[in-house]
Amino acid sequence: MTSLDEFRMETRAWLEENCPQDMRKAVTTEEDICWGGRNWTFKSEAQKQWLERMAERGWTVPSWPKEYGGGGLSGDEVKILKEEMKRIDAMSPLESFGIWMLGPALLKYGSHEQKLEHLPKIARGEIRWCQGYSEPGSGSDLASVQTKGVDMGDHFLVSGQKIWTSYADKADWIFALVRTEPDAKKHKGISFLLFDMTSEGVSTKPIRLISGSSPFCETFFDEVKVPMENVVDERGNGWTIAKYLLTHEREMVSNLDAIFGGSAGLYETAVESIGLDETGRLDDPLLRADIGDFLVDEMALTAHLAAAKDFHRAGNQLGARSAELKYLGTELNKRRQSLVVQAGGLEALSGPEENSGIGNQSASWLRSKGNSIEGGTSEIMLSIISKAVLRLPSLG
Amino acid sequence: MLLPEEAGGYDFGHRAAGLVAEEMGRNLTASPFLSTAVLSAIALRQAGGEHLSEWGPKIAAGEAVMALAIDEGAKHNPSRIKATAEPDGNGFILNARKRAVFDGYNADRLIVAAKSGDETCLFLVDPSAAEVDVERNAMLDSRNAANIQITNLHLDGKDLLCPLDKGTEVLEATLRSGRAISASEQLGVAREVAERTTAYLNERKQFGVPIGMFQALQHRMADLYCQIEETASLISAALRSIDTTSDSAEELTRAAKAKVAKVSRLATEEAVQMHGGIGMTDEVDVGLFMKRDRVLTEMLGDSAHHIDFLLKRRGL
Ligand SMILES: Cc1cc2nc3c(=O)[nH]c(=O)nc-3n(C[C@H](O)[C@H](O)[C@H](O)COP(=O)(O)OP(=O)(O)OC[C@H]3O[C@@H](n4cnc5c(N)ncnc54)[C@H](O)[C@@H]3O)c2cc1C
Repeated sequence: MTSLDEFRMETRAWLEENCPQDMRKAVTTEEDICWGGRNWTFKSEAQKQWLERMAERGWTVPSWPKEYGGGGLSGDEVKILKEEMKRIDAMSPLESFGIWMLGPALLKYGSHEQKLEHLPKIARGEIRWCQGYSEPGSGSDLASVQTKGVDMGDHFLVSGQKIWTSYADKADWIFALVRTEPDAKKHKGISFLLFDMTSEGVSTKPIRLISGSSPFCETFFDEVKVPMENVVDERGNGWTIAKYLLTHEREMVSNLDAIFGGSAGLYETAVESIGLDETGRLDDPLLRADIGDFLVDEMALTAHLAAAKDFHRAGNQLGARSAELKYLGTELNKRRQSLVVQAGGLEALSGPEENSGIGNQSASWLRSKGNSIEGGTSEIMLSIISKAVLRLPSLG
Repeated sequence: MLLPEEAGGYDFGHRAAGLVAEEMGRNLTASPFLSTAVLSAIALRQAGGEHLSEWGPKIAAGEAVMALAIDEGAKHNPSRIKATAEPDGNGFILNARKRAVFDGYNADRLIVAAKSGDETCLFLVDPSAAEVDVERNAMLDSRNAANIQITNLHLDGKDLLCPLDKGTEVLEATLRSGRAISASEQLGVAREVAERTTAYLNERKQFGVPIGMFQALQHRMADLYCQIEETASLISAALRSIDTTSDSAEELTRAAKAKVAKVSRLATEEAVQMHGGIGMTDEVDVGLFMKRDRVLTEMLGDSAHHIDFLLKRRGL
């Protein structure tokens, strides 16, 4: 038996013993997903237990180094862990912007002290992070951010406004892009700052989405005191970190479906609401053709994401390829959700308005429209690809 | 490449054969690779036995051309084979009207699919027999093909490629390999025209700038690029699944064949459009790729054919 086989057997046994029965099922509601943080209320004792047990082993962030609260697992071992979790339908113990985005950026650019301070708290689900990038005047043109940080010697005084800050009202800390070098060129004047959302001068105001929920906020900073040591990497190097972090965000968004449940619902919904003809085919040939096109594209994307994972595991950085995955994944998810609503007909269009999306067809459909906007729009992804991959000439 | 070592082959597997086919797609190579080294080789390999020992080494040495005679109408549809093999004493009487038999015009042997009762069977047929009429029918992409009429040809039991009850299985495996490898060839077509088009966007100037500066073109090329790359991953997954005899091989292959047909069509159409007037001439090779693309799409089943299969498997 190879050491990987051994690892698989041990993992299987450990999961069998430690994963609570209640945590072995598909995600069907928003509350099934544990985001952690100071204000988190666990949905159940099982959810709490599951997080604690997994965090204890560092398996909420299995690939991170042990000294920072991770599991220290190799790429192959992480893959086995995921497979074994899937085998018993185990829910993810913890999801968060800390895991998806800030963690990888800190691992690459943070100081040892910053890593020791922040990563274990992310791993244990103690601190929940939000992302302060976009501003009212700076969306796609993110490097134009105007929120300013005035140098006061041992700290900055940060003032300005962010917008679309997902879960800002629930988060404990924020990573934000702040212009700290007013005289430097556009891309060179930004620093990547970390600060506590309970700091004096921070306030948030929720924004309601078309899908009914209010997951994101306007976030205001009024002379917020941020210690100098909370700058990640060098002052003025924030854009580099911001872009690196975005590659992780984009990779994650390309595969949202894996976290929030698959397409099985589409096929079931179609058969249930339309029925089959005498040859056993869906009794709506035009919808059937659209579903068929979708199905093939979904298989292609699945293969492509798996190939990207292998590429990653082999130690490569995705770089501009994350734009490719983000574009394909989010456009496909929009098609999926639109087909679900088409298949479900009026049934899919009824139901409570107040819903996060998960487990509600119309809310999921509406929410999916944001996929090709958040983390950089599809148009911006295509521009990145034409410039960085195809090397076509560009204006800027 | 796909033949076992004992039959003179290298047993390189489908992944390697896919790479070769992709290069052929890029170069528009006209060769009996698919008909002989893939379809016929896999049919022989799956069947095993004497035919493999006799013909395997000849294929491996490049001494024999063989062709699979399966299609009977304008569209590929193996579930509707009408060719018949009536039992006759120890043998059969074969009647068949086959169309679009790739490399059938100069083949040394044909592998002919026919129905014997409910069973699908495969015969090794010598095209020089008097009962076999071979009519050349070159394809739009200058691929060599033939229409073949077989009338009351008496065949021996040993002309069967494999026992009757194995025919369906051997044919399915043969088609699976052929589809996966032809998908690779079509991927080569898509990649090559897309790269040539990208190069043209950098080179051709209008309004004082390279036309690649225009976002309306950039985004279409970037979208095409993304789709080509995901198709490449799907094809790799299909080839790998055949090599590892995975349960998902059939579905992945069908999906790959369906997907590449769509993407490669988009690639060739965008190529003509983005080359402008010159794209409509033989000055550039875009038209040749377009022709090859359409023939590859029809060969061994178009998108609709395979998507229908996948949907049925999912109960809809
Ligand atoms: C659900 C959701 C969650 C989000 N969460 C966060 C978060 O947590 N933190 C955060 O900081 N931000 C967040 N955002 C904001 C998101 O990053 C921005 O909305 C996004 O970057 C687009 O910016 P914008 O909304 O200002 O649109 P704009 O930049 O104004 O774009 C409007 C349209 O113009 C197009 N466009 C713009 N520039 C170009 C160009 N050069 N070429 C072609 N087309 C162009 C765009 O593609 C788009 O279609 C979130 C957004 C959504 C929808």
